[in-house]
Amino acid sequence: MSRSHVNKSHADDILRIALMSAAVLAVGVLLLILLFLVRESWPALQRIGLYRFVSDAGWHPLEGAFNLAPMLIATFAAALGAILIAGPIGIASAVFGRFYAPPVIAETFRRMVALLAGIPSVVFGLWGLTVLVPIIAKWQPPGASLLAGMLILAFMVLPTVALTADAALKAVPKQYLHGANALGISQAGLIFNVAIPAARSGLIGGILLATARALGETMAVLMVAGNVVQVPNSLFDPVRVLTANIALEMAYATTEHRSALFVSGLALMLLVVGLAAMAGKLGGRLHG
Amino acid sequence: MKFTALLKKAGMLLPAVAILFQINTVQAAEKLVLTGASTIAPLAAEIGKRFEKQNPDVRVDVQTGGSSRGVSDARSGLADIGMASRKLKAEESDLKSFTIALDGVGLILHKDNPVKSLTDQQVIDIYTGKITNWKDVGGKDARITVVNKAEGRSTLELFLNYYKLKNSDIKPQVVIGDNQQGIKTVAGNTGAIGYVSIGTAEFDAGNGVPIKLLPLNGIAASVENVRNGSFPLSRPLNLVTKTAPQGLAKRFIEFASSKNVDDLVEAQYFVPLSRK
Repeated sequence: MSRSHVNKSHADDILRIALMSAAVLAVGVLLLILLFLVRESWPALQRIGLYRFVSDAGWHPLEGAFNLAPMLIATFAAALGAILIAGPIGIASAVFGRFYAPPVIAETFRRMVALLAGIPSVVFGLWGLTVLVPIIAKWQPPGASLLAGMLILAFMVLPTVALTADAALKAVPKQYLHGANALGISQAGLIFNVAIPAARSGLIGGILLATARALGETMAVLMVAGNVVQVPNSLFDPVRVLTANIALEMAYATTEHRSALFVSGLALMLLVVGLAAMAGKLGGRLHG
Repeated sequence: MKFTALLKKAGMLLPAVAILFQINTVQAAEKLVLTGASTIAPLAAEIGKRFEKQNPDVRVDVQTGGSSRGVSDARSGLADIGMASRKLKAEESDLKSFTIALDGVGLILHKDNPVKSLTDQQVIDIYTGKITNWKDVGGKDARITVVNKAEGRSTLELFLNYYKLKNSDIKPQVVIGDNQQGIKTVAGNTGAIGYVSIGTAEFDAGNGVPIKLLPLNGIAASVENVRNGSFPLSRPLNLVTKTAPQGLAKRFIEFASSKNVDDLVEAQYFVPLSRK
């Protein structure tokens, strides 16, 4: 008896150490990546200076111009557009699945959405490049544009919004819904005045998660957005997002150019970290 | 407790083990250093890997830094072999150069575009945004979509050199990374003009992709014309040495210009040499 007792506490120790190392590893990797980004972008930050990254004449690293601002704006615009499209559609589809669809259809629908989430981004990009872009090009050349980027991103983050919204609505306590029903509220009233407010923090969390994914997405946007470094004047102007900039140029970049690309990576990382912090804060306040 | 003690011991041993391994590898390998053109580096690295497989005691180290660095490193002896994606200049004639492959860039249009050829000046005007409609160069009334390459790509460099342009002069509507993306972009847009490696474009055009290669000064853009040197928008990929190569360097250069690496050359969309 006593021997097995000793063994058990040993097993606990080992488990605790293993779990702790896993946790340390996860945080450590994040810190290492941040450190690495800072170290690699340091030469550019020092020699070029922060100010020139928003004031130079353009982005021509081989000619000594390093303006990142148009790409920052394009990154925001593309992610925002994607969320404006995917957010309402995703939440609406989740509401449909939870409150209107017969169980069989709702279950099929959820599986289809989950399948959509599993499509690799490069496949989305290929589809966008060979189908979506030519369609837009017939209407408003060149076709590769901010709009194409938004639409592709919207398709890609739609499952994130729909599935998190579905989970949030599922988690609404049944008593609320039964209570509302007992009061004789219409179905629409129940959805808008009871279910959605109760699921609010989950819905917002899902949308922020989707925004982070839209900001970080590379391949698909690279293939459809045209990649011209400029501040877009319309939805049909081609734009280059930060991630695409890194993917396009990193393989061939040396010295300052390479370091400047790390600066754009650092900017992107800080953006996503800021977003995650905001999501945490918002979620906390809404829960409380 | 025993466990942690063991860990500590292992931790103390680690550096010693690492040093042992290092000494081992240094002693085992004969090293060949190549530096220079980023165009050639990926090809040289692939050739190096195959060379290492056949010569297990050799390590091939490839570093990029541009053709000029390749030439100066070969001259100073910092590198055993320099890589230069151009012919040697007059003041570099003291060095020896060996062509291992050729690189050619062709302009492509959509197959349905009626334009048959463009003069050099027309191409420059289109790429700098002075001509924006196909009807100004004998085509339909449609907007031109200018497809350019991302900064740092060798095809961009060759294109800019030939037309004597700066990348900041170009007013593109689409910027692409690799050749395939360029071909798909032009194939999906009847008003687009782009430029890609001739090897891939010729292959795709022959396999039903709706694009066509434009001739340059009346010379057809084909792998054949790149190989025989008549196509103007092309360049040799050279390995450079200070003196006539000997020993390991000689073996590597012979291997890199042999038939054994033609598949590697083609995989990088370059044109293999013609051999009798």
